[in-house]
Amino acid sequence: MGYTLAEKIIAQRIGREVRAGDFVVAPVDLLLAHEGTGPLALDQFEAVGKDSLGTVTLLFCDHAAPSPRKELSNVQKRLRTFAMEMQAHFHPPGTGICHQVVAEQWARPGQIIIGADSHTCTAGALGAFATGMGSTDVGIAMALGQTWLRIPETCRIEIKGQFPPMVGAKDAILYLIGLLGDDGAIYKALEFGGPAIERMSVEERLTLCNMAVEAGAKTGLCAADEVTRRFLEEQGRRGDYVPIAPDLDATYERVIEFDVSHLSPQVALPHLVDNLQPVEEVTGTPISQVFIGTCTNGRLSDLRIAASILRGHKVHPHLRLLVGPASRQTYLAALQEGLLEIFVEAGAVIIPPGCGACVGVHQGVLADGERCLSTQNRNFLGRMGNPQGEIFLASPATAAATAVEGQITDPRQYEYRVTDERS
Amino acid sequence: METVLRGKAWCFGDGISTDHITPGRYYHLRGNLQALAEHTLEDADPDFARHAQPGDIVVAGKNFGQGSSREHAALVLKERGIQAILAKSFARIFFRNAVNEGLTPVLCNTDGFEKGDEVEVDLEKGIVRNLTKGFERPCDPLPPLMRAILADGGLTSHILKHGSFKWENTP
Repeated sequence: MGYTLAEKIIAQRIGREVRAGDFVVAPVDLLLAHEGTGPLALDQFEAVGKDSLGTVTLLFCDHAAPSPRKELSNVQKRLRTFAMEMQAHFHPPGTGICHQVVAEQWARPGQIIIGADSHTCTAGALGAFATGMGSTDVGIAMALGQTWLRIPETCRIEIKGQFPPMVGAKDAILYLIGLLGDDGAIYKALEFGGPAIERMSVEERLTLCNMAVEAGAKTGLCAADEVTRRFLEEQGRRGDYVPIAPDLDATYERVIEFDVSHLSPQVALPHLVDNLQPVEEVTGTPISQVFIGTCTNGRLSDLRIAASILRGHKVHPHLRLLVGPASRQTYLAALQEGLLEIFVEAGAVIIPPGCGACVGVHQGVLADGERCLSTQNRNFLGRMGNPQGEIFLASPATAAATAVEGQITDPRQYEYRVTDERS
Repeated sequence: METVLRGKAWCFGDGISTDHITPGRYYHLRGNLQALAEHTLEDADPDFARHAQPGDIVVAGKNFGQGSSREHAALVLKERGIQAILAKSFARIFFRNAVNEGLTPVLCNTDGFEKGDEVEVDLEKGIVRNLTKGFERPCDPLPPLMRAILADGGLTSHILKHGSFKWENTP
């Protein structure tokens, strides 16, 4: 019998065959931490007493960027000082959300990547085995260059069909989480494949893999194929490409197939990600804030579809719109394309690349009783800084349509504005 | 490591997230564990942070600790003196974090527990007893490596002791 993508990547890196359920010690090719998780990781690294880093280490200031408080400024200073002393790669405020920057500049197919952030699984879109861990696991890997892994069982997600206009990867992953439940894939890998995935851009694949953890999964993965190769080439990283795919006769614990041809835009209702409804069921719900951004949906294609809806419109007077490009690269591209001008003319606030609004640190904290519709990945109670607020999750298209109307709106009514890039 | 733990139960439902356990609005307190721990689980049960006693046990439903990788979720529970967490399932990052911090995660059926019940966990025998209600349940054993890490008091002590990851039949 053949091997899944997760089994293949790990086997290649440790130099022997592995199967789901095995426990292994594996090399870590790349690791990351940020100002929320980094200090504790550095504490553990220092406790072990090594005088150099065991692997490529990326430190990010993205969760509070720029810093709203002196405590967080001091943490960022510590990361900067440590990076300078130990030759870690420091990413100051404004560089971008760690997962986006990792996809743009660092991750390669076939790597093992760990990060002290649960959405580290995003990089699986490039054919890497990437997973989130806590600070201690990451701090120890900084010292040893290794971590332990249980080889996960894999759930194969086979996606067919053509997305209707204004429906895309975010709707597909929300729909899937609704099927699986928020604990439906605990300890497992989600391997995405099928005709709809083969046609997807890397940006859309990043959205899928980003939210694998919302079903409890250890990681999400896509094969590294021609689409991956072109993406890396556009990033000036031609040499980083290696093809990697699962075997056709791989052993899967479960296979889920679905066709997206008739999929509706999806909305997750407060306060759980698997509390899903098609948009038709919730249209008209009044909304106070719309947020388009984050490691889930702050990429250029997300901003493009939102801008196609907002062009020439004003944000509804009862609502505020925040737009946060996921990285400096995205920010600059959106600026050069004129997308930011469309958002600003519509009445949006452009916030710097970062995680602060989504995590409730700063820049978008909700008032008591307010509802936010966001393109982020989580809607847990209190997530955006106030347990008296409510969060709805949806795609950038649904978010933009909602921003114009002031209430949850089906983006398909703006279909006429889009020239579908996929066709 | 103690193999029989006994304490009073604090009960929670399914899907308790790390945002419940240590909310993001206290992000700036992560460098001050004592202050951060004053807000432990306050959005799920405001009594918990005020009245939890050292030695108490958290009893929850499915997918405890889902969401972010913040190890502070395990740290604040430990800081409050919680010695074990019983749940039907754990989110995997929290599961590793708990073990890495020397906080025992116990996988078992938690139906029928109520706040204040006296609970005993026999880690050696793999049995959970509800002393107040008079029933007992088997619990799933942890993998050998996780048992080894817990026995050493957490991952950093484990590495300081062995120099690497070490368990029975290390491949």
